[in-house]
Formats: sequence, C-alpha cells, structure tokens
Amino acid sequence: MSLLQVTGLTKRFGGFTALDGVDLSVAPGERLGLIGPNGSGKSTLVNCIAGTLRRDGGRIEFKGRDIARDPAFKRVHLGVARTFQIPRPFASMSVIDNLRIPLLYGAGAPVTLDAASVTGEAMRILEQVGLAARAEAGSSGLTQVDMRKLELARAIAAKPALLIADEAMAGLSTSEVDDILVLLLGMKDRGVAVIMIEHVMRAVMAFSERIAVLVAGRKIADGDPRSVVAQPEVVSAYLGQ
Amino acid sequence: MSNRAFAALALAAAAVLIAASTLVTNDYFFSAAYTVLQFVVLATAWNVLGGYAGYVNFGSAAFFAVGAYSSIFLYKWAHPPLIVMIVVGTLAAALLGLAVGYLTLRLRGVFFAIATLALAVMLFTFVVNWDYVGGARGAYILQPRELPFGLKRYIHVLYGAMVIMAAVALVVARTIETSAIGRGLAAIRDDEMAAECAGVPTLRLKIFAAGVSGGLMGMAGTTFPYYLSYVEPSAAFNLSYAVNSIAMPLIGGMMTWAGPLIGALLLGTVQQLVQVTVSSEWNLLIVGALLVLFVTIAPSGIMGWVGAWKRRKKK
Amino acid sequence: MESATALVLNAVIAGLLLGGFYAAVSVGVSISFGMLDVVNIAHPAFIILGSYAAYIVNDRLGVDPIVASLVLSPLFFLLGMAIYRVYYLCFERRGQESLRGLAFFFGILFITEVALILVFGVDYRLARAAYSETTWRLGPVDFPLRLVVPFLVSVAMVIGIEVFLTRTFFGRAVLAVAQDALALRLMGVDTLRVKERAFALSIATAGVAGAFLIVIQPVQPAIGREYIGLVFAVCVLGGMGSIRGTLAGAFILGLAESFTSTFAGPSWAPAVSFGILLATLAFRPSGLFGR
Repeated sequence: MSLLQVTGLTKRFGGFTALDGVDLSVAPGERLGLIGPNGSGKSTLVNCIAGTLRRDGGRIEFKGRDIARDPAFKRVHLGVARTFQIPRPFASMSVIDNLRIPLLYGAGAPVTLDAASVTGEAMRILEQVGLAARAEAGSSGLTQVDMRKLELARAIAAKPALLIADEAMAGLSTSEVDDILVLLLGMKDRGVAVIMIEHVMRAVMAFSERIAVLVAGRKIADGDPRSVVAQPEVVSAYLGQ
Repeated sequence: MSNRAFAALALAAAAVLIAASTLVTNDYFFSAAYTVLQFVVLATAWNVLGGYAGYVNFGSAAFFAVGAYSSIFLYKWAHPPLIVMIVVGTLAAALLGLAVGYLTLRLRGVFFAIATLALAVMLFTFVVNWDYVGGARGAYILQPRELPFGLKRYIHVLYGAMVIMAAVALVVARTIETSAIGRGLAAIRDDEMAAECAGVPTLRLKIFAAGVSGGLMGMAGTTFPYYLSYVEPSAAFNLSYAVNSIAMPLIGGMMTWAGPLIGALLLGTVQQLVQVTVSSEWNLLIVGALLVLFVTIAPSGIMGWVGAWKRRKKK
Repeated sequence: MESATALVLNAVIAGLLLGGFYAAVSVGVSISFGMLDVVNIAHPAFIILGSYAAYIVNDRLGVDPIVASLVLSPLFFLLGMAIYRVYYLCFERRGQESLRGLAFFFGILFITEVALILVFGVDYRLARAAYSETTWRLGPVDFPLRLVVPFLVSVAMVIGIEVFLTRTFFGRAVLAVAQDALALRLMGVDTLRVKERAFALSIATAGVAGAFLIVIQPVQPAIGREYIGLVFAVCVLGGMGSIRGTLAGAFILGLAESFTSTFAGPSWAPAVSFGILLATLAFRPSGLFGR
C-alpha cells in the first residue's frame, strides 16, 4: 500500500490552472525526486499535500486516509512534514527552541512532555544535522546552509513518515549541497519517505529511487531516474526553459 | 522558577500589599492604586493575545465593559455577592472572546484587529440602547453597607479585590507563557504558516488565547461599577482603556509577563500624577504620543532594553 | 402623517445620497489598504481633520467648505507623504508591518482625536454652506441639498479616481504596485515614490471627504472612531482595492443605515456598519467583488 496517494489533483488560481489532474504516489521509505521547470506547479503540489492550500479537485490519501479536508497541522500529526523553499525560522527563538515546537506539537507528540526529554531529543537532532554548536544561537542570523539545516531539523523533529523537501539546496555551494544530501539520504534509515523537489540535477540523480516530472501543472514522466531524464519530452521541457 | 513557586510568590506579594495598606490613611492612595492595578490586569490580559500571539485587539474596552455591565445586570437582577459578579463577568467576557475569536481569527491579524474595533462600537451601541442596565442615562450602583473582614471603607475591599486579580492575571499569563501553549503562541507570532506546518493547531490556540485575554479583561471590569457608583456607557467604554491596554505592554515589553506589569505600573502611575496636575486629555495625548514613539523606535519596550543590556554584559 | 411608501422612498433616497458620501470617505482606504496593504486605521482621523479645517475656513472666511477643502487638499497630500515616509522607514522596510504598523496608526488616530479635543473641545460643529438650508422636493421625496451637493462631489471624486487609476500612467503604476511590487521594481519603477504618492492621495481624499462630512452632519472629534467600522466595512464588502466595489459597498451600507435609522431609530445606525463588517469578515471575507 502506498504511503501517499494523490489522484487527479487539480488547483486553480482564478483563471490559471496550476495543477491539472496530477497523479502521484509514494511508497513507505521511498526516495522520490520531483523535477520540473519553474512555474510548473511543484510548490503548489507541495502546498496542497501539506495542507497550506485547499485543492480544487482530486484525492489526497495518506496512510489510506483521505486528508484533503484536514487542516495542515492535522496532516503533520498524521506524519506529513515539509520544508519551505525560503526558510521560515521562528525568528524570535533560538535554534533549539525552534525545534521544541515540532517536538511538542508534531506527530505522536504528547504536549505534556517534560522539558528535559524535549531538550535531549532536540540536541540529538541538532547533532545529526550538524547544528549542535549553534543550539543557543538566534535563528534569524544563521548562514544560508544552516538555515536549510534548521528547516530540515524542524521537519525531522515532527517525526514524519513523509518529508517533502522543497528546494532545500537552492543557492548552496557544492559542499553545502552534499551536506544536505547526506541528511536527506539518512532519512531512509529512519523509515521516512522523502519527496525531493530540486533543480540541482546531480543531487536529484544521486538521491532518487524514482523521478517524476511536472510541466505546466501536468505530470509528464514518472519512473526510473535514468530513463526519465532521457525521455524527449523531459529534455525539451528543460531545454525550452 | 516553577509556576507553582511563582504563584506562591504572587499570592504572598498580594498578601503583603493588602496587609501593608491597612497602615495607609489617605483614601486617595486606594483609589489610585485601584486604577493602576486595573491597568496591570488589562495590560497583562491584552498581552496574552497581542504580545504572545501577535494578534492586536483594539477593543479592550468592549471586554472590560462586558465585565462591568454584567456586574450591573446582576446587581439589578439578583444582587449577588461580589465574588459571584466577578466570576460571572469574567466568564461572560471569556465567552465573548471565544466567540469573536472563532468568527475572525481565521483571517489575517489585520482583520481581527478591525473586527475588535467594530466589536467595541457595536457593544457600545447595544449598551446605550439597553435600558435595563441604564442605557445612555447610566446606572447607579450602591456600595454595600456591610463590609467583610472588618474593613472600614468599601474602597479597601475593591483595592483588595484588584490586588488579588492582578496576582491572578500575572500567574495566568506566566503559566501560559512558559507552557507548551505559550511556545505554540510564540510560533504563531513569529510565523503562523510555519507554525501550522510544524503541527501547531494555530486556530485552536488563538481562540484559546482570545478567550483567556477577553476573560481577564472582563475580570478587570467586574468591580468597576462599585468603584464608580454611577456608570454610564462612555465611562466603561472609555478611550483610555483602548489606548492604555496597547501602550502599556508595548512600552513595557510584549514578550513576557513582566513587560505589561512594568508598563502598567510606570504608565499608570505617571498618568495618576499627570491627571491631577493637568487635564485628562493631555494625559491621553501623552500616552498616545508615547505609544507612537515606542512603536517606531523602541518596539521591544523596556524589557527589550533590559534584555539587550544583559546580552551586552555577557560579552 | 407620511405614508409608508413615502417613508420607504425617503429612506432609499437618503440611503443613496449617504452611500455616495460613504464612497468618498472610503475610497482612500481602498487605496491605502486595498492596494498598498497599509492598514491605515487612522484614516477617519484625517477625515475629521479635514472637517475641522474646512470648518475654520468656512467660519472665518465664509468660503464654501467643500471649495475650501479642495484648496487645502495639497496640504493633506503632503501630510500623507510625510506619514508614509515614517511608516515605510520604521515598519515596511523591516517587514514588521502588521502588529507594529497597526499600533502606529492607532496611535496617530488617538493623538489626532485628543489633540482636536484639546483645541476645539467636544462641542459639535457644523459648517454652513449656502445650500445647507435648502431642500428640493420631488413629490413625497425630500432631497436636502446638504446631502445632495456632497453626494455629487463625492461621486465625481470617486469616479475621477477610478479614471485616474485606470487611464493615467501613474495610476496604472499604482495598480501595478498593488499586484506585483517586485516585478515593478525590476522594471525600474521607483515603487517607493509610487506608493508614497498613492498613500498621499488617499489622505488627500480623506481631507476632502471631511468637508462633505461637516456639511452633512455635526462633527466632534470622537466620531472618527465610528467611521473606522464604516470605512473598512465598505472596503471589505466591496472587495479590497476595487473602486467599483467600494462604490457598491458604500451604497449598500448607506441604504442599510438609512433603513435602520428610519425603522429602528438612529441610535442603532452605528451598529449597522460594524455588524455588516463583522458578518462579512466572518462569512465572506473576500467581499462581494473580491479577488
């Protein structure tokens, strides 16, 4: 059974159709790469799955349950986590306090966790992403890559079954991209499925077990990474950019 | 300091303030202290939604007036003991906060703010037309002859009640602030969408905060009719409550429970002094000017300065 | 004793006349809030300021109040520019608009009201124009000129602004800024100047609307707060940033208030606009014509 099953997803903004009957499925623990030119609807898709946008048509099933009417926070409790393209830290809080929020409110989290275990968990996650030294630092003055790591740390802290990484590597240097890539690859060990939305092709190729391609609101390819990127429609969609 | 310890401390401070007041002979002190403490409650209450969650309420006067007018209504209808009036007024105002929150907190903070303004005017109109509580002509509330605890003047009872209310408000605010709910509210304030995507049930928390905030503001108003003896709508819906409940947390600092306390004590005391020497209009003008000044150049308020100073000392 | 039809007809006419005036009062907020996303809740303060300004000129120099306000409008324009500067420097640039910007404008609203009380006291003032006492009669229907003249000038002003926004270069720049400021900046347009002048325009309309107000009814400093609900009700009802929506919303509100006043009593009228605002926010926040 698939973890996430999206069928015929449609989203319109006024007269503009951002998503036109998109089908997508993700198996538990799977690594799915989602690529497509700018404006093809990738972020809209993320927002519809995460619940920050209401869909206009189609079904969104997660763990067998129709989540299309659930508010975003409910979906987080069920196990959907996402990062934002432009990092959105809780600016008045330190790095570690940023993590307390999903730890207290994320999936399977009783809000009455005592402070010591929350701190312990937060530090463990910070160590995993390499931000432990910055735990007490303010979250608004971080470097780009640290902000991305914080975004990921926050998503991990929500204990998801599915993590959607929305262009987590945009604008980073080669070694920084590798840092993030390692983190995302590590999600599999936790049993977390990942949808990676990226433009950095070498990261997508290194990461994905399967690739889906979105162009102008429609999925035009879905399958083995090497064969997908060789398909003529995919090539022309990118070259025509 | 744990919340329990803080509550004990607050209660102890309240006891001290009440006991010490038996030494005071000047009645004006009680009147002034009542007003300043009332502002402590209002500012603290406002800050639960305004400072913690980032949703500005311009209609504090409406919630305050609900407390006041529910007391007037009860006085005319059943004349129950003061404590009953306080509880009922608080609950009524809390319900109003929940209702308004439920209707408008789904929208941007801006629309909530405008809705609260609308609320204040609507409630005012409603009260002006409601003859049972006096309507535009106002209502007379007679202070009871029999005083509890062997006190001499009723203003002493009111003062005592207000001291306890201030302590309650501070304890409630601090408890929320340090709890998971408080963290959730802070996340909402910083970035509501990110909070929602981190699993925070934003609407629920906001409505909760609106209910608590409204309830506490109503609590501040429940003893007001006894204090004034004659209440007409413009006294309960006074402009001063609207501007002070925003200016005091802003000037004191909106992130913690201490800011509104400091802001209320400072600004409240200053206003008491100014009001005696200059007119009440000049007083309001100064408060308004301070509000604008602080919001433009010192938005973190006095506690913000303290925090920055502490950080500089660390280095 | 007036027949029921006459009562209704008069309520309708009064409502429409009031509606035109309400459109003039609200068009500024349609620009500042609807298009520039600046929550200027102090807008009514500038209206009242305009009322008093027109009153003084009318009282001292005998000039028609509406004419006076048009002459004074450049001053309001400059005032609007100054205020936008402060707003931009302190809030918009730092991305902290909402809470602090709101508090800022609330402070301005407050200070203006109190300052006016200090200078003029709380007595009601009414401006006397040449036509204030005249009423035309058309069958059973009254057309008091103190309502008709402001109505005509109001509608002219609102239509003028709609034309300005859609036909002139600067006007279209304002509409563009409302939609995509970033794109505009990338095209080399100085968006700050555009927004500054648009905001100044909104304040200028407030000043002129103030003269309408003080011709229509007696004014005292505190009534500004009652108009906040009205102004935002009109804009929200009409869908933000749409001038036509503003006109429609204004007429709806004018009629609602007129009917309430006639059949339930004038003391309930303020509750109408706020009630409509609350209802719209609760059930249809994008307004009747919203995007």
